[in-house]
Amino acid sequence: MRLKAINIVLDYGVAQLKGEHHLDNLGMAMRIVIAKPGLDGHDRGAKVVARALRDGGHEVIYTGLRRTPEQIVRTVLDEDADLLGLSSLSGAHAFLFPRICELLIEEDCGDVTVFGGGIIPVDERLPLFEAGMRAIFGPGTKMQEMTDFVSEVANRAGSGEPVGVGEGGDWVWSSGA
Amino acid sequence: MVKAAIGSGQVGRERLTEDLLGKAITGDRRALAKLLSAVEDGEVNHNSLGIEHHSDDGTIIGLTGAPGVGKSCLIEKLLSHWSSEGLKVAVIAVDPSSPLSSGALLGDRVRMESADSDLNVFVRSFATRNQPGGLPITVGLAANLMRKCGYDYVLIETVGAGQAEIRIVSFADRVVLVESPARGDQIQAEKAGVMELADLIVVNKSDLEGAERAANEITTALEISGNPPPVLLASAKTGDGIGEVAFQLQAITVKCGAEVARARERLLSAWDSALLSRGDISEVLNNLARGDATAQQWVEENLRWLNE
Repeated sequence: MRLKAINIVLDYGVAQLKGEHHLDNLGMAMRIVIAKPGLDGHDRGAKVVARALRDGGHEVIYTGLRRTPEQIVRTVLDEDADLLGLSSLSGAHAFLFPRICELLIEEDCGDVTVFGGGIIPVDERLPLFEAGMRAIFGPGTKMQEMTDFVSEVANRAGSGEPVGVGEGGDWVWSSGA
Repeated sequence: MVKAAIGSGQVGRERLTEDLLGKAITGDRRALAKLLSAVEDGEVNHNSLGIEHHSDDGTIIGLTGAPGVGKSCLIEKLLSHWSSEGLKVAVIAVDPSSPLSSGALLGDRVRMESADSDLNVFVRSFATRNQPGGLPITVGLAANLMRKCGYDYVLIETVGAGQAEIRIVSFADRVVLVESPARGDQIQAEKAGVMELADLIVVNKSDLEGAERAANEITTALEISGNPPPVLLASAKTGDGIGEVAFQLQAITVKCGAEVARARERLLSAWDSALLSRGDISEVLNNLARGDATAQQWVEENLRWLNE
């Protein structure tokens, strides 16, 4: 019995040692909810982004399709997420995204960083930023850019700068697409 | 990431944790969510939270079984069943962390429709963070915390790594093994391991052909060793048999004969926890990584009772 206990502990030690190079970025690991609000059924983009963020070392919670703003905010709240990524390709972003931002602030989740992606025309982005979103990514965005954005959020949050949806400040990510 | 609010100084943190616990107990979801993050990050323990270890009253239930047998869907049905009876139920859904990136994709919520709409339900996703046994050691405290905050049942959904996944018995006081038909001969091969420790076996997807045969095969296989647990048929798709599963979960007692195995897993789990929460653990790991000593030497030097 004792030997078995030691073996398990040793296995764990070895795993820790092998994974040591990850420990550096463990402090940067964020909990991110990726959500699909509204009736839009195009989830390929959201799934690819979820996967890319996972590969970037983050813990990603995917909500599944066709969620209401209330359901999405509830998920962010219960999961204590640091970031929320919204995906929309149906044109409903102009209503749904600001509504979610509003609800987050109401629920005392103003410190959560909100970003979005999908088919969001450039001239429709300003109202979303004004609602508190920090980044909008269009088609053709490189995965690296998404993980860079999350790292930037972590750095800014770490030094006490405003990054949350309800924290004000004028920082937004200038995306490449 | 550990939010600034939690990590801001030891004194501030202790007071904050107390405040959070008080709020969480009165039903503040945000406070419970924040506390669970502190639990997951290892910032608090049973002592610092003033939470007692749970007594075996059958309210912390582990669900395990191979990937794809329908654990999440079955949990969803149990959630709506218990919630409709006015009970509050919390879920800890564990998914694996990537051993390469240490990231994780936590997707169990997708199958649990109550998770983001039913106020009697609280679902929290946990990543394994590559800990031994496929379950993070923080799951035990998280479950006790949820019980303390008024949840009548806590369901722990495991990764579903397979028959050797028995660590769950150290956190849950009832263990349900979920099986499904059309896995055929695999069931025969799984007679050992978690199947022997399960307090209840549910053959899900009873609407599919072969479900009854699968249930019979399991019963036959377990009868050989004597004292088989109840084997139930249920369908998370149609809802058939869910009421009986919920009823049995309230009625069954801990499986006789499995006490020693449970005790062993609890011991190992406590051992891991004690070792990993040592103040000098990173120093120890760095020393081992540099090759200053082997792990075996370290253990022998630091745990002298081994040689006595």
